[in-house]
Parts: sequence; structure tokens; C-alpha cells
Amino acid sequence: MSADKNQWQSICKLDDIPAQGARVVKREGKTDIALFRTLDNRVFALDDHCPHKGGALSHGLVYGDTVACPLHNFKISLQTGQAQAPDEGHTPCHKVELRDDTVWLAVD
Amino acid sequence: MQKQRLVLIGNGMAGIRTLEEILKHDKDRYEITVIGDEPWGNYNRIQLSPILAGEQKLKDIILNDLDWYAEHGVRLVKGCAATRIDRERREVHTAASEAIAYDKLLIATGSRPFMLPVPGAELDGVIGFRDIKDTEKMIVAAALHRHAVVIGGGLLGLEAAHGLKLRGMDVTVIHLGDWLLNRQLDETAGRLLEKSLAERGLKLKLGAKTQALVGENGHVTGVRLESGELIPADLVVMAVGIVPNADLAREAGIEVSNGIVVDDTLATSDEHVYAVGECVNHRGVSYGLVAPLFEMAKVLGNQLGGCGKQRYTGTTTSTKLKVTGIDLFSAGEFMGGENCDEIVLSDPAGGVYKRLIVRDNKLVGACLYGDTSDGAWYFQLLRQERDLADLRSQLLFGPPRDLGDHGTSGASRAAALPDDAEICGCNGVTKGVLVKAIKEKGLFTVDDVKKHTKAGASCGSCTGLVEQVLMSTVGSSFQDAPKRKSLCGCTDHTHGEVREAIREQHLVTLADTMKALHWKTPDGCPTCRPALNYYLISTWPGEAKDDPQARLVNERVHANVQKDSTFSVIPRMWGGVTSPAELRKIADVADKFNVKMVKVTGGQRLDLLGVKKEDLPQMWRELDMPCGMGYAKGLRTVKTCVGKQFCRFGTQDSTGMGIALEKAFDRMWAPHKVKLAVSGCPRNCAEAGIKDVGIIAVDSGWEIYIGGNGGIKTEVAEFFTKVKTEEEVLEYSGAVLQLYREEAYYLERTVHYMGRVGLDYIKSKVLEDATNRKALWARLQLALAGEPDPWQAQLGADAAARFTDLTV
Repeated sequence: MSADKNQWQSICKLDDIPAQGARVVKREGKTDIALFRTLDNRVFALDDHCPHKGGALSHGLVYGDTVACPLHNFKISLQTGQAQAPDEGHTPCHKVELRDDTVWLAVD
Repeated sequence: MQKQRLVLIGNGMAGIRTLEEILKHDKDRYEITVIGDEPWGNYNRIQLSPILAGEQKLKDIILNDLDWYAEHGVRLVKGCAATRIDRERREVHTAASEAIAYDKLLIATGSRPFMLPVPGAELDGVIGFRDIKDTEKMIVAAALHRHAVVIGGGLLGLEAAHGLKLRGMDVTVIHLGDWLLNRQLDETAGRLLEKSLAERGLKLKLGAKTQALVGENGHVTGVRLESGELIPADLVVMAVGIVPNADLAREAGIEVSNGIVVDDTLATSDEHVYAVGECVNHRGVSYGLVAPLFEMAKVLGNQLGGCGKQRYTGTTTSTKLKVTGIDLFSAGEFMGGENCDEIVLSDPAGGVYKRLIVRDNKLVGACLYGDTSDGAWYFQLLRQERDLADLRSQLLFGPPRDLGDHGTSGASRAAALPDDAEICGCNGVTKGVLVKAIKEKGLFTVDDVKKHTKAGASCGSCTGLVEQVLMSTVGSSFQDAPKRKSLCGCTDHTHGEVREAIREQHLVTLADTMKALHWKTPDGCPTCRPALNYYLISTWPGEAKDDPQARLVNERVHANVQKDSTFSVIPRMWGGVTSPAELRKIADVADKFNVKMVKVTGGQRLDLLGVKKEDLPQMWRELDMPCGMGYAKGLRTVKTCVGKQFCRFGTQDSTGMGIALEKAFDRMWAPHKVKLAVSGCPRNCAEAGIKDVGIIAVDSGWEIYIGGNGGIKTEVAEFFTKVKTEEEVLEYSGAVLQLYREEAYYLERTVHYMGRVGLDYIKSKVLEDATNRKALWARLQLALAGEPDPWQAQLGADAAARFTDLTV
């Protein structure tokens, strides 16, 4: 379970993230990370920053495995961080895992 | 699992469009075989006239080249006719003696020209005008011969005649009707067309019946009319109508009555066999235009693509003649009839004629000649069945010219706009940019245009205009804009259908609604989820549970998100009235939470800007004031003037009335934001004329205005009624708002709702029907009785998960 220089850390329980919602993980001196939970209880982690105008993706509406940015409705794939065409842009993704009901995040 | 075998007979526009719709939904569902008797891929038959006229080349009109079939794994049996359908063995036999098995069969064999059964019809040189082969024959004939006769002065006949004339032939059109295009134009417009075509050198024989075709050595040499006249002809084009190609189906024992009989789901009398396009008879109608074919294709494509059954209920069509330089347009019941009013502009010398047919204050038909720039707009009004009350006096002169203030639904004359005209003011998209994107990227729907250019993707006020630019760019042949607009890409149901299903089927959760209506996505999208949530809670108050995850961020955290992802907090100030104590408290809270700006809003209250999300709950506690819902699709403010308590002109207590209204409608969710105002006299300092509900006090009571709007496009509220007492103001305003809450589509402001249903309709429900008014008012009160203050409701135990962050 090694992930290069990343350190796996347990962050919270699955239920600490609202279903079809998000929760922010603050990091000292770095961009916040948004943890997303889909309807079918998959968990994703992306920088909490839309590539368009920097909106907080954690405030967005989560559907399927996509989040819609609250500022201008850019649609960002939770799987890849890629903005849905025809929009362009990419948000960095982070490794995240669900072990039993605990959310683990690989932080650098 | 083995794929089902889908066989399509007919490699034309309707059939292939249906395949495209199916593949869009599920590209792996079927093993598909297409049998077509022409030797090429699907091409755009409509563009054969421009090819004949030399304005386009064959390669320009191919819609699906052979690569398309290969890419989609579709087997194309081309240049080979289907000869027999064996329904028992479920096989289609071809001219090449192959038997192709099917689980589902789709017949889209189109139609063929009707050949007049007159002596000589079998002679060489007598053709129809249907396919590439016919077009090539005409082009060759034009190069070798001199005289052409076209029998039939309909759209196709005139286009053929025009093309042959351009290719240097001497052309005579023989038409049975008294004027040209008598299926599309009234006599006045027909005469104008006749004059214009005669000036171009076409010879026209109207009211003329063909008796026989005469020939020598098996080739046609002339056409004899019943009058005895003989017209020389080396080429005769029959364009007197079309016959659905239904023989295959008839011989297989499928019900045929003129065309292949289909029901509203496009199924034939055999449950394994469907039919679309010109070969069908749907509710007694066979269509010969492209728009209905595409609508059928969409309905059937959804069904065969596994997205639930829908109904095709027929299409209102419009027509346009593809003869360069002649502008005519007709749609709907252009001849008028009983109970119809006609609005006519006739300028024969100037070559302009417009006739609009109106019934029950709705446009039901239009016939335009010479100036058709407003055709698309009229067609839009006709399909929308829009109430004409506010437009009627100016209707003949086209859409309101309101580009300056970014006109709304009515839109404007897109075709005449210069390329640098700004269409979308929010995103700075000009007409030139739109047209370029539409052409280069091959966009056909407003949604596609929105996605690619962002035009209409923000406030949406320019959507009508975007649609018009699209129409004028891709041409009337491709008026793909459906008369029914689905709620979003997750469903093909319209807002109206979804509202109705929720009410009829007593649906109370999002999941159930999506399931019952066959949503194509597991949990919707940012467009449908908020809409569904509103429909549920407004239809079943107290029963349907509000789903915060179906709301966009503002309504989820009950504050307004700002560009830096901080929020603004607006407490309620009833009627815009505050007190020194309240102001001190707000000042203290603003200091404590380092509020970046305190701003007086347009709705007479204070906005605290720059608040972090995690501070929101504590701020609400310390403010200890009601939530102002300044972020909501719901009741925003009730703006008031000081009224007779202080003002020397005031006739009533407008401030007190405003406070009473705000308290009565507090916590009200609605399809869109709702703003009210109460003025104490007709000087109207509270600006009641641009509010959803505006009240103006007069000496003898209160005037109520509805449907005003101050934003995006200023709309002046309409006078609704005058009442005597404050209780009546509450009851009448409440009933209007409840009607809007129950019937409007999500994100439809009162002005747009009113435009759709008509002011008279609202009057009939609220003014003329006292029982209904009281029932509406009671339902609103009942719905609001159980509604908690949004801020207080957020302060529960689970607030932490919604408002606080985690750390690593």
C-alpha cells in the first residue's frame, strides 16, 4: 500500500461526508482537498479548486461521478479531474481509499 | 448476452436518424443491418433541389458516408432491395437472395412520386423527382434537350422547374389548382409567387389538367391538356404528390391504409415491426417533410434505445420554397376558418404579403410572402401556443425590437443582425461567433450551441435569440428545435409532463420520480435535481422531504456564494423596517466575524459580505433574526414606502401592508425568485411596477399588479385587479403566487409563466372563481405552516458535517 512519497492517513468515516456531497480537508500551506461521496458510496479526492475561476468544487452539486462547480457550472470528472468538453481544464486528483467505513487519503 | 438483431429496411433520412438516436443511448444493444436499394450512404434528400439548380454538389449532401456505418458496426447492404418480409421466421429477404434474420424490424422505406395514370406515362423521358438518379437524369436531359414540362405546382414541382430553367431549358409548369402551392399558400400569396416565377421565364398553366403524354419511338414528345392544347416536351417531371412505399409491409400482412399504419409509439400491427418516415400513416396523416420524420426518429430511438416509451402525437410543420430569391413561408392553418381572426398586411406592388391566423388569442397559422424574416418567430409562437395578449397589436411587424435590453423569450430578427451584434451579454458571445461555431462544429440544437459557445448558458435570457440564430444558420429544413423541450439531458419528458406525473402518481422522492419516469442517469444532473426537488416539495408539502443535495450551493447552505467562495448573509427586515437595537446587533456581528462589507440591498435590507462557510451557523445564532432568503428561488423581499403613517401623499399604510405580506409569504419556495412591493400612492416610490406582485395604494383601496420584473429584461407588471381591504390583498396575492407555485416550470419567473398561460387564464382562476381563489390561498397557508426558518433548521446536530472542514 505504498504510494511513492505519499503517506496514507485515515481522515474520517464515510458517513462524515454527506452522500452526493463533499467535505473539505484543510492542509497547512497547500490547496484544500475536497472529498466527494457519490450516490453509490464511492469516494474521490480532488483539489478544492475549479480550473476555470477557482470556485470551491466542494460547494458543487455531485451527480454520477461528476461535480458541477457552483460558480459557472463547469463539470469536473471526479475520476480524472478533467473538465467536461467542450470546456477545458483539469483539477489535480488525489489517491483516496475506503477501507471498511474509513476514508484514507494519500497526502504528500 | 447475445445482442438483439435489428434490421432496417430503407437507408434514408428517417431510418438512419432513428439508428443515430438509438446509438446515442446504447451503442451496444443491437446488431444492426441496413438494407438500402440505392448504392450510397444516407444523403440529404432535401438538398436535391439545390443540386439540380447547380448550387450544391453531390458530396455536400452525404449525411452518413460509408465510414460511418463501419465505425458504428452497422452492416450496410447497399444497392440491393428488400423483396419480402417473412414474419413467421422473422427474416427479410433481399434481391440478392439473402435471408437476414431480425428480432426487431424497422421499416423506413419512404415514398415514391405518384405517377399520373394517363396514357403515355410509361414513355421514356417521364420521371419523378425523388432521388439522386432522378436528379442526374434531369441534369443530363437539360444538357441534351430543350423542352421540359413539370406536372404539379407544389413545392417539389416548382423547385424542379426552377432548377431546369437555370440549366437552360424552356420549362412549363402544369398545375391543376387555381394557384401555385395551393397546399401552402392562400390565393393572394400564390398570385405574387406566380408573377415572380413568370418574370423568371417559367411558363405557368394553372387550372390545367393533363390528358395524355404523347411520344415518338417510345420517347415523350409532348403533353396534351384537356383543353386540347399540346405542349412540346422532351422531359416530363411528375410532381403531383407522393405515395408511401408500403408494398413490402402490405404483402407481409401488416396493416396498411395508404401508408403503414402505426400507433403513437410507431409500432405497426406486428409487435416486432416498427415503421417511421414517409412510408407511415400516423393518425391518418402521411408526412412528406423532414421535421416530422426527425421527431418520429427521436421517439422511436428513445424507445428502442431503452429509455422508456414515449408518444409521437404528430407534428406542426412549416414550409419554405428552396428557390433562391423567392421568400415564402407557411405554417399551420394558413387558410384560417371558423372562429379564426385574420391579421393581414398586403403590399402587392412591393411584393410583400403577410397573413396571420389567430384563434382564441393564439397564433394557429401563418402565410408570408416576400418578407419571411419573422417566419421562425411566428413558428415558435405557433408551436408554443403562446398567448398573444401582449403581442397582438404589434404581431404583424415581428418580434419586439428589444435587443438593447437583451430581449427575452420573444427574441428578435436574428437573420438581419450584423455579425458583431452581441447575442449573449453575460458571456460576450456575438452572432458571428455563434454562426461560426454552428457551421464548423455542425451544431443542430440550442443545447449544443450553449455547451460550445456558452451563449445562453448563464442567465438564459438570450435563449430565444440563440435559437433564432441557429434556425437562420442551419436553415428551415433543419428546424430541429423540438416543440417539446425536455427538462434536461437526463430525460425526454418536459417540465409539464414531470409536474403532472409527480401529481398523478403521487411521487414524493427524487429516486421514485426518476425511476417512474425512466431517467437515463442514476441521480440526475445540476439541471434536473433542483427542479425535481422543487416540484416534489411544492406538490406534496409536508410529505415530500426537502433534499439539500438536490439544491445548488446557495440553497444548501442558505447564503449567497461569492466569487471567492465566501458567502453573504442577509437577515430579514420585515418590509424594510429596522430598529436601532437591530442595527447595533448587526454591527456587532459584522465586527465579530470580520465582515468585509456591509451593503444596503435593492430589497431594503442589509447584506453582510465575505463570510466563511464555517462561520455561518454561529453568525445566524448571534444575529438571532429570521433568514432573509436573499439567495432563494422563493420569497425575497417586500419593498415598501413609508405610506400614510408619515408621508404627506400616502393614502394607505403601505409599510404595514408590506410587513403583513412578507410575514404571510415568509419561507415560501417558488419556481424562481419572487419579489413584492407596496407603494402608498401612485407615485409608486417602492417601484411596485416591476415586481412579481406589486401593490399600489389608492384612496379607495389597493391595486394589484402581477408579472413585473426588474432584472435581465425590464417587464412592467400587468394590472390584475383592485381590492378594498388588506385581507383581500393577502388573499388575492397569495392565490396568484400559489397558482404560480403549482403550475410554473422551475426557473420560470412570473412574467414568463404569465406569458405562457396568459393573464386571462390567471384571472379566470383567481378573480372569476372565488372558490378556487380561496382554495389556492388555503393551500399556500397550509404549505407555509410547516415550513421552518431555513437558518434555524440548519443548526441541528448534523451541522458540523455540512459547515466545518476536516484537517490533516
